[in-house]
Amino acid sequence: MTALADVVAFGCLLAGAVLCLTAGLGLVRFPDVLSRMHAGTKPQVLGVLLVMVGAAIRLDGWANAWMLLLVAAFQLLTAPVSAHLISRVAYRRRHVRRDLLLVDEFTGTGHQDEAYRGDEPGDAPPEHPAARPGG
Amino acid sequence: MTVVGAALYALIGGGALLALVRLARGPSLLDRVVATDTLLVIISAGLAVHAALVRDPTLVPVLVVVSLLAFVGSVSVARYVGGMLLRSRTGDGRDLGLPVAAEETEGRS
Repeated sequence: MTALADVVAFGCLLAGAVLCLTAGLGLVRFPDVLSRMHAGTKPQVLGVLLVMVGAAIRLDGWANAWMLLLVAAFQLLTAPVSAHLISRVAYRRRHVRRDLLLVDEFTGTGHQDEAYRGDEPGDAPPEHPAARPGG
Repeated sequence: MTVVGAALYALIGGGALLALVRLARGPSLLDRVVATDTLLVIISAGLAVHAALVRDPTLVPVLVVVSLLAFVGSVSVARYVGGMLLRSRTGDGRDLGLPVAAEETEGRS
């Protein structure tokens, strides 16, 4: 019984750790903020859930299980909020590779800033092609 | 057991190192915010894995604190970047507020 519980727990922990590694790979390889966020939120929800299930099986006792459940619930509640805020700011501040988007319902509706001085990434495409220096 | 532990630490450490690479190289502030968020989640996963490997429940309250701090940090930096508007469509540098939904804009024009 305990051997079976250990096997299940280590399976959950290994799956969560693999998700952490894929998040790092996606963060390094993906091209813009939205796709990096897509990769980075994999361990934020599923990875943390799997790791918490594995740890709750290993640490027997209801107090630890409830506290790990609290951590998982916090992650589930707060990950969409922060992702929404970051993606909204990223869209309006030209951090999104618009040439890679399939559907962009916000084009021409004035949800981008008009001045781009500040914090745009170095590899961002020019927003207005007429304003390109020398173009 | 020790092989599984070493594999777990290697996977989580690799993920944390790659997130650190993005944190150092990230061309913009928002890339660094995303990388910091992911790095904190990976660190809390590593703490939980350590607690599960040695069967030591001392680190469990730390996980609650880390998960709450990650949310507060990423949200505050995202709002700070959103407040860095130099010239918005309102003309006086104020923030635009929430964007209008697409169908609402179509119905207005």
